[in-house]
Amino acid sequence: MEKTPGRLVLEPIVDNNPITLQILGICSALAVTTKLAPAITMSIALTAVIVSASVLISLIRQHMPSSIRIIIQMTIIASLVIIVDEVLKAFAYELSKQLSVFVGLIITNCIVLGRAEAFASKNPPWPTFLDALGHGIGYSVILISVAAIRELLGSGSLLGAQVLPLVKEGGWYEPNGLMLLAPGAFFIIGLMIWAIRTWKPAQVEKPEYRINIVHRTEGS
Amino acid sequence: MRADAPIRDNARAGRLGPLLAVFRLPNDDPRKTLAVALALCLVCSVVVSTTAVALRPLQERNAALALKEEIVKVAGLSTGGRSLDEAFGQIETQLVDLDSGEFVEGADPLTYSYREAAQDPSASTALGDSDPADIDRRPDRMPVYLVRRGGELETLILPVYGAGLWSTMHGLVALAPDGRTAKAFTIYEQRETAGLGSEVASEQWLSEWSGKVLIEDGEPVIEVVKGGVDPSSPNAEHRVDGLSGATLTSNGVANLMRFWLGERGYGPFLNRITSDRG
Repeated sequence: MEKTPGRLVLEPIVDNNPITLQILGICSALAVTTKLAPAITMSIALTAVIVSASVLISLIRQHMPSSIRIIIQMTIIASLVIIVDEVLKAFAYELSKQLSVFVGLIITNCIVLGRAEAFASKNPPWPTFLDALGHGIGYSVILISVAAIRELLGSGSLLGAQVLPLVKEGGWYEPNGLMLLAPGAFFIIGLMIWAIRTWKPAQVEKPEYRINIVHRTEGS
Repeated sequence: MRADAPIRDNARAGRLGPLLAVFRLPNDDPRKTLAVALALCLVCSVVVSTTAVALRPLQERNAALALKEEIVKVAGLSTGGRSLDEAFGQIETQLVDLDSGEFVEGADPLTYSYREAAQDPSASTALGDSDPADIDRRPDRMPVYLVRRGGELETLILPVYGAGLWSTMHGLVALAPDGRTAKAFTIYEQRETAGLGSEVASEQWLSEWSGKVLIEDGEPVIEVVKGGVDPSSPNAEHRVDGLSGATLTSNGVANLMRFWLGERGYGPFLNRITSDRG
């Protein structure tokens, strides 16, 4: 089944979003979304890693012994993540201080390995590039919207600039502490999934299990 | 078997030399598996180490600049109109031998790294059981920063660090010339829980430290307490309001403060400085 280049990039943004449909990469979506700035950096970092890792894996896909293919993919991803981390420390020092742990966790981000295994190791570099780019953008869209909601409701600010004046600084807004904790992100992502599936009912999964109601007329 | 595609590729690789012959083997051959693994590791390690080495000077410059900025800020000097280096140039940097409390002559305090020293058994002391700040080894020497006005000591800035809940927190405490009253406090490096423990680095909380009396009769007495500080209580000047939802981080700050101001930290140095004056 051939997909057009446009489909490859656009599909993962809503129709096959890595976070809201594939439910991957939730860990980082909880961890780096308390503030908008780290979420944006994380989005750029992950997109850079997923695109370059997928293209590299696609280039060597014909020489990948299947017995060690996961380790090969992990090694490539891990090397790229270390490079991203070093580059951030050199050129975006402030942000790297906030992010460093989570940049390292891109290595274990299921989206990157998922695309490497499911797409890059079976397809030529150009479609792989588009697919990875689409997944990077799909991840970024969700990450940035979750972070915007959490920073606004949790700290009353956006990108560090105060939007809602806080009570403790003489304003009227009492920040919602729940938004700063991981469960806040769960609620937001849950609501997003609900909204997307209402808009696109095709994404609703069939129930795997239904409770059978048995009418009994006599005792056993 | 999907053998046709690899064979075409391998015919091309074959021209590159006999070493690459192994790549012509089928993918499930153990020799090829080994060769691919080796080649990948080689390439990845070269790329990663080249990046790390090439970017290190930039990273070190960033860290040094960030530290200077923090020192100037905690010293209460504004950089207004001046360059950071000019502002920092007004601050005298000295290296202190913690056990004797004396300045160390003949060493460059600007290139000294207490983090490196703490890793080096010949430049640090193992703390064993008496390690409230949870740092394992204490460097034998620490840099201190002195701000003088007209020859008189105005502010004394001491680097401090210790364990919080998740991370090692690094900070600077600025003391008045009496060597026991805090003028300012900053935590410039921490990785505590975002939104809760990370508030240790917020200006609002750090500003609560200014004016607190940290030391009484040579003993560190500062406490971080739960539930707010009653300004009318006699101990108010020794107490700082803890962060809500971040008890372990708050305790970490109290512990590191008590350790660094105590006799195994800057205690001997502070005694010497204050008795010299008076």
